[in-house]
Amino acid sequence: MSSSNILVEMRDVQYTYGANQKPTVHIPEFSIVRGEELFLYGPSGTGKTTLLEMLAGVLKPQQGTLKILGCEFSQMSAAARDAFRAEHMGYVFQNFNLIPYLTAQENIELPLHLSAGRRARLGSVDSEMVIRALCGTLGIGDILGKKVGELSVGQQQRVAVARALLGKPDLLLADEPTSALDTDHREKFLKLLFELSDLYGTTVVFVSHDRSIEKLFTRSISLESINKVV
Amino acid sequence: MVFLKLAIKSLKNRVFTTGLTVLSIALSVTLLLSVERAKRAAEEGFTQTISKTDLIVGARSGPLQLILYTVFNMGNATHNVSYESYEDIKKNPAIEWTIPYSLGDGHRGFRVVGTNEDFFKYYHYRGSQKIALAEGDVFKGLWDVVVGADVARKLNYKLGERIIVTHGVTKGEGVQNHDDKPFVVSGIMKPTGTPLDRGVYMSLQGMEALHIDWQSGAAPTPENAVPREQLNKDTLKVHTITAFFVGSKTRIDTLRLQREINNYKEEPLLAIIPGVTLSELWNGLSYVEGVLRMISWMVVVVGFMAMLIALTTTLNERRREMAILRSVGATSSQLVGLLVFESALLTLLGVISGAVLSLVLVAALKPWLETEFGLYLTGSGFTAREWVYMLVTLVGGTLIGLVPAMRAQRLALKDGLSVRL
Ligand SMILES: Nc1ncnc2c1ncn2[C@@H]1O[C@H](COP(=O)(O)OP(=O)(O)OP(=O)(O)O)[C@@H](O)[C@H]1O
Ligand SMILES: [Mg+2]
Repeated sequence: MSSSNILVEMRDVQYTYGANQKPTVHIPEFSIVRGEELFLYGPSGTGKTTLLEMLAGVLKPQQGTLKILGCEFSQMSAAARDAFRAEHMGYVFQNFNLIPYLTAQENIELPLHLSAGRRARLGSVDSEMVIRALCGTLGIGDILGKKVGELSVGQQQRVAVARALLGKPDLLLADEPTSALDTDHREKFLKLLFELSDLYGTTVVFVSHDRSIEKLFTRSISLESINKVV
Repeated sequence: MVFLKLAIKSLKNRVFTTGLTVLSIALSVTLLLSVERAKRAAEEGFTQTISKTDLIVGARSGPLQLILYTVFNMGNATHNVSYESYEDIKKNPAIEWTIPYSLGDGHRGFRVVGTNEDFFKYYHYRGSQKIALAEGDVFKGLWDVVVGADVARKLNYKLGERIIVTHGVTKGEGVQNHDDKPFVVSGIMKPTGTPLDRGVYMSLQGMEALHIDWQSGAAPTPENAVPREQLNKDTLKVHTITAFFVGSKTRIDTLRLQREINNYKEEPLLAIIPGVTLSELWNGLSYVEGVLRMISWMVVVVGFMAMLIALTTTLNERRREMAILRSVGATSSQLVGLLVFESALLTLLGVISGAVLSLVLVAALKPWLETEFGLYLTGSGFTAREWVYMLVTLVGGTLIGLVPAMRAQRLALKDGLSVRL
C-alpha cells in the first residue's frame, strides 16, 4: 500500500493515566488505511476508549508520533487539535455526549455552527436538506424536533452517528455504539453506517468488546495484538 | 447566532437556578434603587420643608437656630422682634408679602403658633403646595385655633373641641396652663408631610390675649387676672412676634432686602435665605446618606456573591455540556464568551426586573409612605445616578461571569467528555 493511502500512522505512541506506573496504551507501530472499515476489539479496561481519544486529539500522546492526514498530532496545541478534530473527524462517544436540552436536529447541526472547517466541507448545499436526507437514511427523520433527553438509547445513538457523519468527515471514530442494541439491530445499523461511510469516503474505526459483528468490517484486529503494555 | 440560542436554551433548561439568580440580583437592585429614591425623597422633603419664602427674619442669633425654631419646631428664640419693627420693615416696597410668627406656647407637646390669615395664603412647601384645611375654617375669632393633621390624629380632635394652651412648650410637671382661657378647634389642616402637621395655629391676638395679664413672665395673681370675656380681637394690640417670613417681589430684591434687614438700626435682626440654610443643614447630615448608600452597595455585592455561587455550582453540572461543545469545534474563547454572555443576560434580566419592581413598589407604597413617614417620592423615571447604578450592576454581574468562565476554560476536555450520564 502506498503511503498516500495511509490515513493514520502511529509509532511508539504511549499514554499513561495520572500517577499510574504502567502505560494504558503503548503502540509500537500501527497504521490505518484510507477508506477501510476497521474493527478493534478487546475486553473492558484494555484501553480502547483511550486509544480512540488519542486518535481524536482529546488526549495527547505522551510519547511517540501520531500522524493523521499528514499532521503531527503530538506536536499540536489543544486548540489546534480541537479545530482539526471538528473539521476532519466525527466521534460517536461511548455515552453519545449529546446535549440533552437541544433537539436532535440542533445537536446534529452543532459542528456546522461551531467549526468553520466542517461547514466548508459541506459545500454550498442546503444543510437542512443534507440533514433530512442523512437522518432519513438513519431512520430518525421523524424525531428531529424532539429533545434528545426524551429519546430512546437507540435513537440517541443514531443522532450521535448523524452528528458525526454530517459534513463527510475523513475519519469516523465509534466507541461501542452498538452495545445497547440486540444482534439483529446491530447488523442493520452497521450496514447502514457502512453504506453512508462508503458514500462519503469516510474511514471508520470502530471499537468494541463484542466480536460477533467483526465479520461486517474490512479488517478486524485485537487491541492486545498491537498494544504492547507489559 | 448559535451562542444566543445555546445560552437561552441552556438557561431555560436550568430555569429554577436561573430564576433564583435573577431574583437575587433583582432584589439587590430594588433595594439599591429604593434606598436612593428614599434618600432623594428625604432630601427633597427636607430642603422643601418651606418653599417660595425668600427670607426668614428673627432676632439676631445663628441662621441654624432661626430655621430650626421657625420651620422645624425645634428649640426656642432667645429674643423677640418688636411689632413696630415688623410693621416698619413690612412697608419696604421690595416686599410682596409677610407671615408673622409668634412662638413660645405649647399644647400637649405640640407647638402653638400665633400668626394671621396670610399664613394660609402664602406659606408654601414642596414647590407650590399650600396649606389646606381638611375640615372647618381658619381662625376667625379670638379663641379659634386650627390644628395640624398630626395633632388632630394623635389627640383625636374634632371640630369644636375645647383645648387648653400651656405656657412654654414642655410637657410634664411644673408647667403652667392657660386654663382660664380655653380655645376652640375651628379647623383641621390636611397633612403636609412637614413639621407644620405638628402645630396648633391661632391668631396673633389670641396669643396676645393669653399673656395680657402676665407680668415679666409670671402668671397673674387671681386679683389682676383679666377674664376671658373682657377681651376682644379688635381692640387687642400685638406687642411682639418671634419671627416673620418674607416673600420679595424679585430675586434681586431678596439680596438687597436681606442686607437691609441685617443692618436694621432699631433692633438687631437676622434675615436668612431658607433654601441656602436648608441645603447647608442637609449637607451636614450627608453621612447618613453615605451610610445608606454603603449598605445598599453591600447588598449588591451579596447579590453578586449569590450569583457567583450559582454560576459556579451549575458550571460543575455543565462540564459535560462545555466539553461536548468543544469536541465539535467550539474554541475555548467561544466558551468563555458563552458563559460571560449568560451571566450578562442573567444580570440584565435581574436589573430590569429590579428596576420594574422598584417602580411598582414606589407606586404601591406611595400613599402609605406619605401619610406614615411624610416621605414624598417625587419624579417618575430614574435619575442619572440611578441609571449609573444599574449600569454598574450590569457590568459587575457580567464580570462575575468571567470567574467561572476562566475555570471552565482550564478544565480538560477528557474530564468533561467522560462525565457519566
Ligand atoms: N481518567 C482516567 N484516569 C485514570 N485512569 C483511567 C482514566 N480513564 C481510564 N482509565 C483507566 O485506563 C484503563 C483503560 O481505560 P479505557 O476507558 O480506555 O478502557 P476501555 O477499553 O474503553 O474499556 P470499556 O470497554 O469498559 O469502555 C482502565 O484500566 C481505566 O481504569
Ligand atoms: Mg471504553
